[in-house]
Amino acid sequence: MDFEWSLFVESLPALARGAATTAELAFVSICGGLVLGLMGGLARVSGIVALNAFALACVTLLRGVPLLVTMLFFYYGLPSLGLLLEAKTVAILALSLTNGAYVTEIVRAGIQSIDRGQMRAARSLGMGWALAMRRIVLPQALRRVLPPIGNEAITLLKNTALVSVIAIPDLLRAGTDIMTWQANTFSPFAGVALMYLMMTLPLVWLVARLESRWRVA
Amino acid sequence: MSVIAVRNLHKSYGATPVLRGVDLTVAKGETVCVIGPSGSGKSTLLQCLNGLEPFESGEVIVAGQHIGWGSGGARIPERQMTLARRRIGIVFQQFNLFPHMTALANVMEAPVQVLKRPRAVVEAEARALLARVGLAHKAGAYPADLSGGQQQRVAIARALAMQPEVMLFDEVTSALDPELVGEVLAVMRGLAAEGMTMLVVTHEMGFAREAADRVIFMDGGLVVEQGPPAEVLGRPREARTREFLGRVLRPESIEA
Repeated sequence: MDFEWSLFVESLPALARGAATTAELAFVSICGGLVLGLMGGLARVSGIVALNAFALACVTLLRGVPLLVTMLFFYYGLPSLGLLLEAKTVAILALSLTNGAYVTEIVRAGIQSIDRGQMRAARSLGMGWALAMRRIVLPQALRRVLPPIGNEAITLLKNTALVSVIAIPDLLRAGTDIMTWQANTFSPFAGVALMYLMMTLPLVWLVARLESRWRVA
Repeated sequence: MSVIAVRNLHKSYGATPVLRGVDLTVAKGETVCVIGPSGSGKSTLLQCLNGLEPFESGEVIVAGQHIGWGSGGARIPERQMTLARRRIGIVFQQFNLFPHMTALANVMEAPVQVLKRPRAVVEAEARALLARVGLAHKAGAYPADLSGGQQQRVAIARALAMQPEVMLFDEVTSALDPELVGEVLAVMRGLAAEGMTMLVVTHEMGFAREAADRVIFMDGGLVVEQGPPAEVLGRPREARTREFLGRVLRPESIEA
């Protein structure tokens, strides 16, 4: 099983099509995870007992169950409950929810890391809780948690590789297909690895850029 | 007419009573300094006055509004407390400036976001306030680039931007290096001279003596003694006041 340059080059177009699917899944799920995580984090610090308990229960469940199991449960389990979802929807749902669970805890920790005096000062100027959170606490908290949220985004991108088990033609699936009919593992998978790397690099760059732009002066 | 009226204020942290029936009034335009040993409850008293600290019982009326509990003993809803806080300025020991905003943005934030006043008008006022505390040239600076004294002066300007009826000062010079205390006290003296109603919790006996219309000595969660500064600081009636002043003033008298 040697590396064959020609096979590597030939497999690139098919891999690129798979990569497009992976990128789409990752982009949508990262956005979904951020929205869920922001809402979850706010629920955790809201001081409303029921909201906090609900968010904590979701986080515990989603972090405690392997993503692969969550995905398979949605794919094979939900239909028996009468809910038949498209494979792509299942993938986005599982990825967003799991990512949202991790982001929830990051956002909560970020908010709690901001000195309580900030909230007190904002409230003493006549701001309500929501306004103080939006204008004063969150901007500081989000800057602080940008690096770990970037990590989660990269993890999510790589975790999309799991969707091949529910028959979505993603980047990994494109690689395994080529491997099967060319009987060569190394050459297509070099392409697969390269393309995952090429997709994580823009994320790393984006996080670094946001970090320098949002630096607290 | 009193801007602050406190009657029989009780507060405890768990089983530990901090305020044990405090009575207090501050008249319009009056500057009142609250002194007392640490743990006497004077800072907690101040935090109760704008509802940041909940308290068990007592009637607190600040700037014409009931704080904490209504006259019938019903809890004041949070929304109403938020409205009440617009009229009550407070300056903290730890400044608590918003670090992600410039000095100017710190001062403009509440009038623009809370009162929804037009940005251009608010900016002109904010620049005037920064000039008043001697920091016109630092409008574009972030808190991290300012000294402690400068930060505290921005914090005073920020509180004044809401045009409060009363200003509460919570040991505002305690976190400052000694050489920076003077610039903050000078701003406060100016405010007092202009007729701002002020309640000042402080360890600065010099400020209390010169700037206060009345000095209140607190100990053990109670007002022990109050009166004109010359009386309370010069000829204290109560033994506890004398003992406290002896401890606080002795180092100075040895130097002098």
